[in-house]
Amino acid sequence: MPSSDYDSACLPDLLPLYYRRLFPFSQYYRWLNYGGVQKNYFQNREFSFTLKDDIYVRYQSFSTQNELEKEMQKVNPYKIDIGAIYSHRPNQHNTVKSGTFQALEKELVFDIDMTDYDDVRSCCSAADICSKCWTLMTIAIRILDRALRDDFGFQHLLWVYSGRRGVHCWVCDEAARKLSVAARSAVAEYLSLIKGGEEMVKKVVLMDPIHPFIRESLNVVEHYFPRYALQDQDILGRKESVDKVLALVPEDVRKELQQDFQNAKKPETRWKLIKEQAKRKQGTAKKGQYFEKEIMLQYCYPRLDVNVSKGVNHLLKSPFSVHPKTGRISVPMDLKELDTFDPFAVPTISLICEELDRPRTGEEEEKSEEEKPEDVKEKENEKDTAERRKIRDFKRTSLAKYVKYFDQFLDGMAGSRKGDLLRKSDLQKEF
Amino acid sequence: MQFPSRRRKNNINPQTELYGHALQFYGQPPLENISLSEFETFAVDRLKLLKTIENLGVSYVKLSEQYAKKLETEFKNLNFPYRPDADDRKIQSGPSEYEKRRKDHISHFILRLAYCQTEDLRRWFIQQEVDLFRYRFNDLPPKHKLEFLHRNNLQYDTISVEEKKTLLDKLVNSSYAVSGITVEDQDFYKVPFQDALDLVRTRKVYLKAGYVYIPHQDIVTIVLNDFRTRLSKALALTARSLPAVHSDERLQPLLNHLSHAYVGQDYSIQKNVGKISLEQIDSLSGKSFPLCMRQLHQNLRESHHLRHGGRMQYGLFLKGIGLSLEQALQFWRSEFIRGKVDADKFDKAYAYGIRHMFGKEGKRADYTPYSCMKVILSNPPSQGDHHGCPFRHSDPELLKQKLQFYKVSPSGISQILELVKGMHYQLACQKYFELTHNIEEASFSLNHPNQYFIESQRVLGGGKDIKREMDTPQRSQDNAVAKGSGAAREAAANAPQGLAEMTEDLDSFFQDA
Repeated sequence: MPSSDYDSACLPDLLPLYYRRLFPFSQYYRWLNYGGVQKNYFQNREFSFTLKDDIYVRYQSFSTQNELEKEMQKVNPYKIDIGAIYSHRPNQHNTVKSGTFQALEKELVFDIDMTDYDDVRSCCSAADICSKCWTLMTIAIRILDRALRDDFGFQHLLWVYSGRRGVHCWVCDEAARKLSVAARSAVAEYLSLIKGGEEMVKKVVLMDPIHPFIRESLNVVEHYFPRYALQDQDILGRKESVDKVLALVPEDVRKELQQDFQNAKKPETRWKLIKEQAKRKQGTAKKGQYFEKEIMLQYCYPRLDVNVSKGVNHLLKSPFSVHPKTGRISVPMDLKELDTFDPFAVPTISLICEELDRPRTGEEEEKSEEEKPEDVKEKENEKDTAERRKIRDFKRTSLAKYVKYFDQFLDGMAGSRKGDLLRKSDLQKEF
Repeated sequence: MQFPSRRRKNNINPQTELYGHALQFYGQPPLENISLSEFETFAVDRLKLLKTIENLGVSYVKLSEQYAKKLETEFKNLNFPYRPDADDRKIQSGPSEYEKRRKDHISHFILRLAYCQTEDLRRWFIQQEVDLFRYRFNDLPPKHKLEFLHRNNLQYDTISVEEKKTLLDKLVNSSYAVSGITVEDQDFYKVPFQDALDLVRTRKVYLKAGYVYIPHQDIVTIVLNDFRTRLSKALALTARSLPAVHSDERLQPLLNHLSHAYVGQDYSIQKNVGKISLEQIDSLSGKSFPLCMRQLHQNLRESHHLRHGGRMQYGLFLKGIGLSLEQALQFWRSEFIRGKVDADKFDKAYAYGIRHMFGKEGKRADYTPYSCMKVILSNPPSQGDHHGCPFRHSDPELLKQKLQFYKVSPSGISQILELVKGMHYQLACQKYFELTHNIEEASFSLNHPNQYFIESQRVLGGGKDIKREMDTPQRSQDNAVAKGSGAAREAAANAPQGLAEMTEDLDSFFQDA
């Protein structure tokens, strides 16, 4: 496991190297500048840094990529958070009249944290994760990604591993960035099926008719449920976990199932019994007719932190920030490889810094440099050599594939911006 | 008085035109002169109406039969136009339909003046006006609804028959009220999802590629969205012209008074700071805390931690019953450090939040304790949370067990559960109060956890006893306070410099670590 050699005591030594030679500033700036379409979009963006000893500095802002780079290389933040785009430069927020300094736009973000699943996973608890419960994140991403694209029509979704126990989603479409607080909370609530705090046992209640969105989500859950819940988590094995499941079915059914389970020990058989009961019930009763679906959802459906998505001014950990506890880099996730994504294989800062020190095998990348068309090369010549060296630097580490994917994501956004511009100019020509 | 208006009338008879329909979008301000006393009665009556709307919205399902019935009575009592066809029947006594519509119009604009001043006031006013509008629009006969749409130039895109056919299944499964047959019969409107958030939020509409498909019968949602947007813009504009209105010394006190009326009793005013010692909290929580706070207290004691929502709800309540900042810091710290949080982490991550509650950090707003309404309606508890209203946010089975544990009689429990079933959460809580305080019928109507506490103390000891009881611990408490403030100063000194940078509203920013 690559992270095993990470020691948080080394972080202060590694961060300068990371920010000087590895952090993908140019892609990062390209992302947050959004093609420079809107004035001061990058300049009015809030960054906040967590420094040594949990010192937290909010309302940082930068006029250029260079300025951001210089500052980060100077303070070497343990953690970087990204906030909203404000009406004024955040670093001058004290100089404007109170009340006029306002958060205007931000990506629509989602935060899914494994700790919120503690009542339904038996393998780990709190900050711990393992390959068994990671399936929950896979399910969450599948469900939300589909809904945000198909239902809400968003296209530019950046999924990011948080570095420890969860994932973040940044919806970067222009329409998403402009959503009001009310719209954000409506989207988040549309996507939330699990309701209730610790005083609520049954957290999912389905009503007739089952909305197409829930149907689609159920399709995803059904795909993973037998393997994940019945085998890996063994929710119908031990007595306590069986009782927890049975607490979710109507009382009369519960008694019958308890008896049936005495003779049926295999989880799959038990689940079949539950499904049969549900089917029978659907013919007769009105209420509680979907309890088998409700169980599946309560155990597998994504648990969103709605408050994070709601607020325009809410901060969220930035991609490519280091997780101080695990040392892992917060990397963008390529959904084409979602089912094989392994959080433990995500490079740590110590690993990539070490890779940097290895003797270079160089030739390959030189070759790829040659293959580039002339104009690109010229452009690169314009950049100073330090910048070019940095590009080559991260390519020599395991960070490369994540930056490459990030590049693809940015190309996708640039593509649709171009499309929009063309469409607009076409419209204008008509008049 | 004359309402300020830039647009002049050029209709021949603007008044009749304005009141031609029972319902209006309040696009044009009234232009006539009215007397001060009429100004006042109109405003007060509308405020009463909006208060009723707010209260009914908590106690009943909006637009349910009972809700509508109670509202109708209120409309009648306050002489607002409640039935669009009433003008056809001239038999009734009292003000004419025209006068009622005029009252509706003018009173709405007066309250705009009173409620445009702050974000909070605007939000409250818009919410109530929108609910009011929803009720009135729904009450219109179909013919009048269409007429209203035409009159206000509201046009929405409908989808083609073919599109309807391809989406049939999805449309049917997206709304309770749509069946295969009704899909064919009625128009479906296709609008951006941002324009129908209420339907999106509750998943009562089909959503595809950013557009919602709304059956005609739900058109009220889009109309309401229009109404809300316009009202919100109008309020922002009104706020800008407010200085002119405020220079009128007859109106300013009146308007201020009106805008203060909505919150009811404000329990942030701390008459009794320092009257409670930390040692008393455990016993008080059993005797005089409402269930929501008792639950939070118990969970805090058990797990030595509460998540953000719980800290806010409980922390502000404690502030309201008289804990000083120093006591609060001591209280939370002593509990948290018994759990996973060490003193250092507490000072860094939590002390700021507590000082913030007392208006000592950030934008220095002195936050008021949450009312029942706020606890019931906003920020519902989620995984790991213990806040919220136990009557609203608990499984009935768990609630029952809890009440049994607290020795509420079986008949009392069933009474409470009955109220919960009918969604009368505050009444359920009041019933709990009556049962645990052995009184027949409470002489107050419960709407605030801090009110519960005060009333409980009144019943239990009569004012005097509490004072005496509190005098004794006063001295030992001085000690505690001294210690507490020392710790607080230390905390402030240790507070990372960066913390001073945070001036944002905590609510939206602070998260659990």
